[in-house]
Amino acid sequence: MGGVHPPENKLAEKQAIERLEPPKSVAIPLAQHLGVPAEPVVSRGDQVKTGQLIAKGEAFISAHIHSSVSGKVKKIDAVTDASGYRKKAIIIDVEGDEWEEGIDRDEGLQKQCDLDAKEILEKIHNAGIVGLGGATFPSHVKLNVPRGKKAEYLIINGVECEPCLTADHRLMLEKGEEILVGVQLQMKALGVKKAIVGIEQNKPDAIQHFTKLAKDYEGISVQALEVKYPQGAEKQLIKALINREVPSGKLPIEVGCVVHNVGTAFAVYEAVQKNKPLIDRVVTVSGSSVKKPSNFMVRIGTPVSALIEAAGGLPEDTGKVINGGPMMGKALNDLEVPVTKGTSGILIFTENEASRPVEQNCIRCARCVTICPMGLEPYLLAPLAEKQRLEECEDERIMDCMECGSCLYICPSAKPLLDHIRVGKTRVGKMIRERSA
Amino acid sequence: MKVLTVSGSPHYHAKESVSSLMYGVIFSLIPAMLVSFYFFGLPAILITLTAVVSCMFFEFIIQKYLIKGPITIFDGSAIITGVLLAFNVPANLPLGLMVIGSAVAIGMGKMTFGGLGKNPFNPALVGRVFLMISFPVQMTMYPEPSAFTTQLTDVLTGPTPLTALKDGVTQGVPVSEIMAQLPDYGRLLLGNMGGSVGEVSAIAILLGGIYMLIKKIISWHIPVAFIGSAALFAALFWLINPEVYPDPVFQILTGGLMLGAIYMATDYTTSPMAPWGMIIFGVGCGLLTMIIRFFGAYPEGVAFSILIMNAFVPLINRGLKPKRFGEEVNNG
Repeated sequence: MGGVHPPENKLAEKQAIERLEPPKSVAIPLAQHLGVPAEPVVSRGDQVKTGQLIAKGEAFISAHIHSSVSGKVKKIDAVTDASGYRKKAIIIDVEGDEWEEGIDRDEGLQKQCDLDAKEILEKIHNAGIVGLGGATFPSHVKLNVPRGKKAEYLIINGVECEPCLTADHRLMLEKGEEILVGVQLQMKALGVKKAIVGIEQNKPDAIQHFTKLAKDYEGISVQALEVKYPQGAEKQLIKALINREVPSGKLPIEVGCVVHNVGTAFAVYEAVQKNKPLIDRVVTVSGSSVKKPSNFMVRIGTPVSALIEAAGGLPEDTGKVINGGPMMGKALNDLEVPVTKGTSGILIFTENEASRPVEQNCIRCARCVTICPMGLEPYLLAPLAEKQRLEECEDERIMDCMECGSCLYICPSAKPLLDHIRVGKTRVGKMIRERSA
Repeated sequence: MKVLTVSGSPHYHAKESVSSLMYGVIFSLIPAMLVSFYFFGLPAILITLTAVVSCMFFEFIIQKYLIKGPITIFDGSAIITGVLLAFNVPANLPLGLMVIGSAVAIGMGKMTFGGLGKNPFNPALVGRVFLMISFPVQMTMYPEPSAFTTQLTDVLTGPTPLTALKDGVTQGVPVSEIMAQLPDYGRLLLGNMGGSVGEVSAIAILLGGIYMLIKKIISWHIPVAFIGSAALFAALFWLINPEVYPDPVFQILTGGLMLGAIYMATDYTTSPMAPWGMIIFGVGCGLLTMIIRFFGAYPEGVAFSILIMNAFVPLINRGLKPKRFGEEVNNG
């Protein structure tokens, strides 16, 4: 159902992942995940080691946070993050790179694991792993199937349908075995027998590589998927792989699925097999004007400006810098914001690429209706949201919108459909909460 | 520090714009235009030019002096209205009437509702129906096709196949006898028959339609539903009594059915938004067309049927929603 075909522009797909050295100072936000922010367990002046727990996420939906560097806690203060808001972060001045004991830094593949499901879950929880595809939902919560539900499939998202981004693609090529071990660990934690890795057909090398590797892993199969956006959206991916529709307002577990990104599977591998908490991730830096489109393995908390510098510096004619992909990413107004667990890419647009076409009257061409992957009617929702007719918005299922941006992308009149729908969703969400309160 | 643009996602936008779509439609009309210029000669060229220029002129005047807003006469929509209006009249219609028709199409059909995207009825059809009711004599003097004619006056006129049929059937002549007098299907397919400027050549219109489908300017729903339902309805009556009702192929190849189904009923603004809505709309157009042809006073019913269905579009949009993801889930 639906979908669009934006230009892929995967400029960095041939660039091997490059490890970036820790910067002089990092800012590690306490809210890098969906849910309750973590509580700091260090204070100003403390010495910390790389991989040391610095903030605890004890709430039901929260995640632990570890220091990505070694050094001294300078302060705990509000810094601007990618959302544009100022949020609390632990700022650490880097001194050397001394790692916490017990972390196995050897690159060798570690396949064997004798832990049981509970112990694996515990390790995932302790490592502060969240969904690295962008939604940053705490992984241990997802892997802990609620009572009364049963997981049947573990679905591994290697779709990377956002244009420009190549982080998952490179990780699949370079850390294929590790990812598959991670998948196996997650299967064990969930108690499922079947896992499917979904990869878009525009990554034939990754499909080939994984198909070959997966032969040695029982229960894991690889499936090539049609190239279209948003093929990698959770509900769309489940539909494409096993033809089940997650009911409106429900989670994938409703149809017996748990979905994890390939990056998350790699993080699980590192946490369980190497005792390494989530302190770094792959970030694509790309754009038509970028000198050296790259994929970097970056420590969490590194300022975005350091990544841009490593990719050849900020081009003269830059008009926009985006945190994430071009379809769902957020435009930044400050290049000192830190890389967080959810940062998949930093995109640089030229001045010409930075602005939207001029808005015109809606001609009711029905393109937004045809392409909406959720079967909604953006042409109708946007004006309803604009006029704050919230009950009608709710009836027209505004809350089903996942903000993929396809409607605004395709609109020949360049109507700001998603802008209005997004604001409408916030208002309808508030209305629903107040009603049930 | 550098000033960066901050805007909501998405940050990509498709290349398609309102005018690229409109000019796509105009491009697809070229085969039909060439055929009509061939069969109806210079008068067809003049009437098309007059309609296009008048439509753009009236839109300009209204936008500049009445609405006092931006001028959008080059977005392609006024050109389409002009071309389609010209396609819907006899080639030798007096040019003055064409100017009046254009004023009605653009003024009453489009601008009075707020311009592009706001009009409930297809502007070209509003213009055509106005002309048909106000100037019935001039609007039914169809010139006989003759290759590359430059003759502007004293043109030989004759009935369209549909008029001939209606007159014959009314007088009780069996269909088989009427058909013997009419051009064969090969000629009808090419467009070698009396009729409005652009409606005659089924094959040229089909070609344009296929182009628009490939370029995804239109979707298949409305044309298929329109032509399919008209053909089924016609076939039913033909099977019951072939002496009064001609076969469905004849129905499809004559009159404005192809032009209506592919170009007039698919007008974005005046057709439904969801796939099932489009199908219901198309079926409504097809059935009404045949009902008017069979039982109405007019020999042709395409224009009226589309306008009637236009009026139902808001209701159709309200009642027929696209299939929501995860609404009725059957995962068994």
